[in-house]
Amino acid sequence: MILSIQNVVKTYGSYTAVDHVTFDVPKGSVFGLLGPNGAGKTSLIRMITTITGPDSGAIFLNGEKLNERTPDKIGYMPEERGLYKKMKVGEHLLYLAQLKGLSSAEANKQIDHWLTKFAIKDWWSKKIEDLSKGMQQKIQFIATIVHQPPLLILDEPFTGLDPINTNLIKDEIRQLNAAGTSIIFSTHRMEQVEEMCDHIVLINRGKNVLYGEVKSIKNQFKQNLYRLEWEGALPPDFGERFAIVEQENHAVTVRLHNEKESNDLLRHLIQKDIRITHFEEILPTFDEIFIRTVEGENGAADHQAAAKS
Amino acid sequence: MSKLSLIVKREYLTRVRSRSFILSTLLAPLAFVLYLVVVVWISSYQGNDRQHIAVLDQSGVLKERLPDDRGVRFDYPANISLDSLKKAVQSGSYDGVLQIPALPNLAVKKQTVYYHSDKQLSPEIGSWIERKIATRIRDFKIDSLRLDRRSLETLDTEVAIDPESIVDKSNEGSEYTSVIAAVIGGVIGFVMFFMMTFYGQMVMRSVMEEKVNRIVEVMVSTVKPFDLMLGKILGAGAVGLTQILCWVVIYTGLAMLMPMFLGVDMAQMQTPAAGAAAAAGEVDADKIGLVLQELSRQNWWSIITLAIIYFLGGYFIFTSLFAAVGSAIGEDMGQSQSLVFPIMLPIIIALYIMMAAIRNPNSGLAVFASIFPLFSPVVMPARLPFHPPWWQVGLSVVLLIGSAFFFVWLAGRIYRVGILLYGKKVTFKEIGKWMFYKG
Repeated sequence: MILSIQNVVKTYGSYTAVDHVTFDVPKGSVFGLLGPNGAGKTSLIRMITTITGPDSGAIFLNGEKLNERTPDKIGYMPEERGLYKKMKVGEHLLYLAQLKGLSSAEANKQIDHWLTKFAIKDWWSKKIEDLSKGMQQKIQFIATIVHQPPLLILDEPFTGLDPINTNLIKDEIRQLNAAGTSIIFSTHRMEQVEEMCDHIVLINRGKNVLYGEVKSIKNQFKQNLYRLEWEGALPPDFGERFAIVEQENHAVTVRLHNEKESNDLLRHLIQKDIRITHFEEILPTFDEIFIRTVEGENGAADHQAAAKS
Repeated sequence: MSKLSLIVKREYLTRVRSRSFILSTLLAPLAFVLYLVVVVWISSYQGNDRQHIAVLDQSGVLKERLPDDRGVRFDYPANISLDSLKKAVQSGSYDGVLQIPALPNLAVKKQTVYYHSDKQLSPEIGSWIERKIATRIRDFKIDSLRLDRRSLETLDTEVAIDPESIVDKSNEGSEYTSVIAAVIGGVIGFVMFFMMTFYGQMVMRSVMEEKVNRIVEVMVSTVKPFDLMLGKILGAGAVGLTQILCWVVIYTGLAMLMPMFLGVDMAQMQTPAAGAAAAAGEVDADKIGLVLQELSRQNWWSIITLAIIYFLGGYFIFTSLFAAVGSAIGEDMGQSQSLVFPIMLPIIIALYIMMAAIRNPNSGLAVFASIFPLFSPVVMPARLPFHPPWWQVGLSVVLLIGSAFFFVWLAGRIYRVGILLYGKKVTFKEIGKWMFYKG
């Protein structure tokens, strides 16, 4: 485990932002931290980055309880991110790298490496305020990773980036991950979660409501839906044997009772000598999982609240 | 390099290298010199218009004629009537006629002289002429009454109070002690006031900028919020000291170079008040000597050392309060007014107490304010030239240093919550709650 969150609680006055949350981030994973607005993601991230401390519970980075050396081992790119407008690119990166504990020689070496890698070496003496927003995002990304932290926390890293730069940063994230960096990735964009993450935790109203491996969560939420395409005509009793959810010309979506039934379905059709051109299990998208979980939770909670009052 | 020193270094370097710092450092002395030149020029302005005045002395008091001065030239045309002189004024030969009617008797207490013209005399020239004629009438009366001028002069006695301390003999001063002390105290008090408001606001703007910029979340995930705030306060303080040092160097340089270029008598420039008084013929060299003696009597080492302590104490107290408010404000500039005012209030009150204290340095109010740590940075330095009792200074310094630590700590508590809070209108009640948030 690179990061272990254990029964963490954080309150602001009478408001409980994080309510007994527990989860682990496996070493080398790309870990999705999901949740609707105001669910407590930012409060959680601020505790991991030691900006604030938990009221109770504990957080461990690499088995070590968070302490004053922790910030140097984390690279954090917040959603709301800025730069000192009046500073030069190189000075700015050098300043942040030194704050993260690099010596000035080591910092310069790293900055040089990254500016070269992004083909922006001639930006060193440009002023931040003269850069476009996309260019500033690149500088922010370099500032986040320049001290080679074992854990990266990226909050909506692609907002404001054009598709080319999005891909560039995505590639860098993948390369860093391949080289062993663990990444916590917070976003609302579920297609990015499916694309990038192998583990997720879903926080709603300060509570951990869904947590685990992406594949197993998808399995957990699957409704045994299968899509079938064929040539010719279906056997007349097909509709009686299997529950058809949706029917098109030469394509149906059916809901089976369990996973084993898929072979029954195929066997049935093969016996009738139907030529199958396409057969797949339809897994739920993360969009659906997100909405179902959050709405189910909130519905139940609202129901309870209504019952109480 | 520790994180705090990195922050201080950045705060210092970015400010010192900024165009506004270089401009204000270079131009402020020039602006000040320009200001002095303009003030001296305006106060010595007599106008280019020369006035030509005909004097008709019907009283015979002007045995000694009025001297030509201040752009006025007097003429004493003989045997010409008032009417023809008035005509001469109308035709433009004179600007006016000064008619001194005969004195009704030698015991007259009030004498009216007439100035015939359609143009008014300036009040300054008018009163100058009045004074001159009054002197002439006095002389005329003395001569007419055959009085002994010498015995008359012995009637005038100049009286001065010389404070004599009973216990502390070293503390003896002259009649000028309290005046000089008030001037020194007032200057120190004003400098304190400006330093605290100027650098306080500078720190506040810098905190707000970081918050609005949204760099602050990255920063506090790297360093402790307290270090970030303290780094700012120390950095801005170092900038202030640098600027003062630059000014001292520039001023000293200018003061040494100026006589070479202008050929001006610097001694007179430096004491315009004394210069003006001397010109009016009311001051003698003795008094300037007394002033200089008074200045050298002050224990400058202890005044300067204590002034620096009070400056640092006040600087930390008020800049940290400004930093705390800056963290709570953020984008909404309109809101800053309501939060800044309560901080400005003690500084402004202290300024007024200071002005009262230099007139009455041992009043209960002055003593209280020079010990109370929110007022003492402005008030106590102003009292120092009056030699306040040592226990007051000691108590005041102890309270000041204690409060400086307390306020920096308190501001840190507010700052760490404030900088991360957006889009919320903040009240003092709420800020009060922040102080008690955990971790």
